[in-house]
Amino acid sequence: MFRIVREPIDPRALERVVRPGDGGVATFLGIVRSRADDGRPVTGLSYEAFEPMASREFETIACEARDRFGDVAIAVVHRIGDLAVGEISVAVLAAAVHRAAALDACRYAIDELKRRATIWKKEHYADGASEWRPNLQVSP
Amino acid sequence: MRIRLLAFAGLRELLGASERELALPQGARVRDAWAALAQRYPALDDLRASTRLARNGRITTFDDSLANGDELALLPPVGGG
Repeated sequence: MFRIVREPIDPRALERVVRPGDGGVATFLGIVRSRADDGRPVTGLSYEAFEPMASREFETIACEARDRFGDVAIAVVHRIGDLAVGEISVAVLAAAVHRAAALDACRYAIDELKRRATIWKKEHYADGASEWRPNLQVSP
Repeated sequence: MRIRLLAFAGLRELLGASERELALPQGARVRDAWAALAQRYPALDDLRASTRLARNGRITTFDDSLANGDELALLPPVGGG
């Protein structure tokens, strides 16, 4: 399950990928927070995506996670559009026989998504200003 | 030839549209498309190093050649998650 959606994310929906043999499930939820990294109050975020490339990148990342951590089932759902503080912007689920692979794969998937997926966010501040905010990167 | 440009986030705002057509001479490369745009939007000069480009949905380089009907996406530094 690799999706870009416009409606609120139901994190339980990602559990659909969990298999009967899985004994560990790790979920990461990204939430819109009330302050920017520089401390400015944030009222909300707007996300946009180059959707075909972004969802393909989710699949590529999941393949890489399986290469690294073994037999892991992965789901990635990212919301776009206007989000309010407290809403879920992204959900990543990784399921495996044991917890280590699930936790490692979940961490890998969200880290790589933030680094590579063609998704952008604009922060809206309490003073009415707004700014596109890239994630910190080592290289483009 | 004509290509379809896609722009996102700050680049979309700079160009004033998420999508537009660009006419280029036959044999043009990605860098020629960029140069044609930068002529109209000089602010692009400072963004060249940080912008990634995708030709028909795949990451490409400034050296890559373009064909009629190609889609060229301008991708600023990403901010998902």
